Amino acid sequence: MNTTLAHHVDSVRSKNAGPFWVTIDIFCGSEQAFKFVSSQLTNEQVSALMKQPVSQLKRFEIPSLNVIKFSLPRPITQGHYKDRDMHGAQWAVLLQEFPMA
Amino acid sequence: MNTRVLVPSGVLGLGFDRQALAAGVALKPDVICIDGGSTDSGPFSLGTSTSKYSRAACVAEWRDLMAARAQLNVPLIIGSAGTCGTDDMVDWMLDITRQIATEQSDANAPALKVALLYSEQQPSDMTQAFRDKHITALQPDIGLDEATITNCAHIVALAGAEHIQAALETGADIIIAGRTTDTAIVSALPIMQGCHEGASWHAAKIAECGALCSTHPTSGVIIVEIDESGFTIFPTAKGARCTPHSVSAHMLYENTDPFVLYEPGGYLDVHNAEYHAIDERTVRVSGSKWVATLPYTLKLEGAKLVGYQSTLIALLRDAHYVSNASAWVSRLSDYLNNSVQASLDLKPDDFFIEFRLIGVDATLGELETRLSEHHEIGVLVIVTAQTQDLCDEIAKIINPFLLHYPLTDDEPLPTFAFPYSPAQSSRGPLYEFCLNHIVSVETPLSATRLVSLEISTEPTA
Repeated sequence: MNTTLAHHVDSVRSKNAGPFWVTIDIFCGSEQAFKFVSSQLTNEQVSALMKQPVSQLKRFEIPSLNVIKFSLPRPITQGHYKDRDMHGAQWAVLLQEFPMA
Repeated sequence: MNTRVLVPSGVLGLGFDRQALAAGVALKPDVICIDGGSTDSGPFSLGTSTSKYSRAACVAEWRDLMAARAQLNVPLIIGSAGTCGTDDMVDWMLDITRQIATEQSDANAPALKVALLYSEQQPSDMTQAFRDKHITALQPDIGLDEATITNCAHIVALAGAEHIQAALETGADIIIAGRTTDTAIVSALPIMQGCHEGASWHAAKIAECGALCSTHPTSGVIIVEIDESGFTIFPTAKGARCTPHSVSAHMLYENTDPFVLYEPGGYLDVHNAEYHAIDERTVRVSGSKWVATLPYTLKLEGAKLVGYQSTLIALLRDAHYVSNASAWVSRLSDYLNNSVQASLDLKPDDFFIEFRLIGVDATLGELETRLSEHHEIGVLVIVTAQTQDLCDEIAKIINPFLLHYPLTDDEPLPTFAFPYSPAQSSRGPLYEFCLNHIVSVETPLSATRLVSLEISTEPTA
């Protein structure tokens, strides 16, 4: 069976950080999972999932919480007529379902 | 000295545990602070200057908070009144306050002193600030010109701690503030009373969503006590706990940077903050730093009207159409775009018809990575144009074809499911956020207006 990032971590959530940004938090749950995901998941992969330039992606690693956090400009501004997700909360699914052996 | 702050919940209108409030009041906080809004639900609230939350829910909760305030005789502060924090919404909260004051009238109580903090900005003032180069873009830079400022339905500036402190200095029992940062309403009094500035802002950020920083997020009520070097925080609901993890993790929430938070007049830096459990439900935080910066800046929010919308929904259950939904929508879309242009004498840019296939990729659009089998698909049609009448006309042209359009010319007309009649709904005006900017001001208070008044609490005959 193909495994995903969600298989390795406690949870992944995403949310607007104001109307122009989205932030994605990966709660790894353990130091081991944190180190594993941190070594496997590249900025290029995350920005490709969101179809945004990698130069716009901010990455934070927080060992005390075993959290990896990504922030990037929303692919579409919140509330724009082409916006599909007013709160940006479902983008987390793209990372949850990202293949990771 | 220590300042003890009670935060009943993340926002007025969302509810809180009444027993937890009583438990918090018993601890004799120095101030009660609650947020009234955010941009979280989108630009409609600011565009229309209306509350997202039910007035009845806000009245019911504000009634309890006013009673708690009267019992404690401490200030009660609401920031970002009525979701968007426009001047209208400050007046809306004042109206609610008057209504409750009448209900709670007491011949022995002194008149209620109310301070109103207005932070809405006039487009003419903002145009001048733009010409004077006092407005700076934040990242991502969405661009700005005078027409964008002029076209804003409403512009608000996010007030800071200095503005809430000015309101507190009037001796107000109740402060109704327009748009403020979520944190400023909480940090204002501790800073004013000489508590550690970094700790005051950090405490405010952790407490601003109420019990979201605890193990029982929906219980609402949080007590945070700030002193000369740090703060302690705990929830008051039975069984709820704050843990170093639940508290420190809240710095991640809705923040692009989990270590730095920009505020009017400076920024909070928590790189060196330390979180320790004091007991099973209380966390002590120290090491937070406040860095003051000049010039003093306020973040702006603006929403402008960009059009109107109508929507339709059809449901596909027929296996032939479910398996060919994308091809069907593509063919239908081409047909309708031509038909609408011809029928209404419109140009291609005069309207926009979007089909979103619910069950396929309605949530993620072109970002969707998953393909799977469906047995049912919802077809959400969103029409955008410059007037509601035009949207409704276009929706009525779409209606019969959304119901009956065939996949190919040589097959019988299908009929899909419409969930209600009429199939089309008028959505009303469409607003967009159009400012991601800060404005610098000579003195903090020059950007806002403070009004003091008294509400009689004497029973009316």
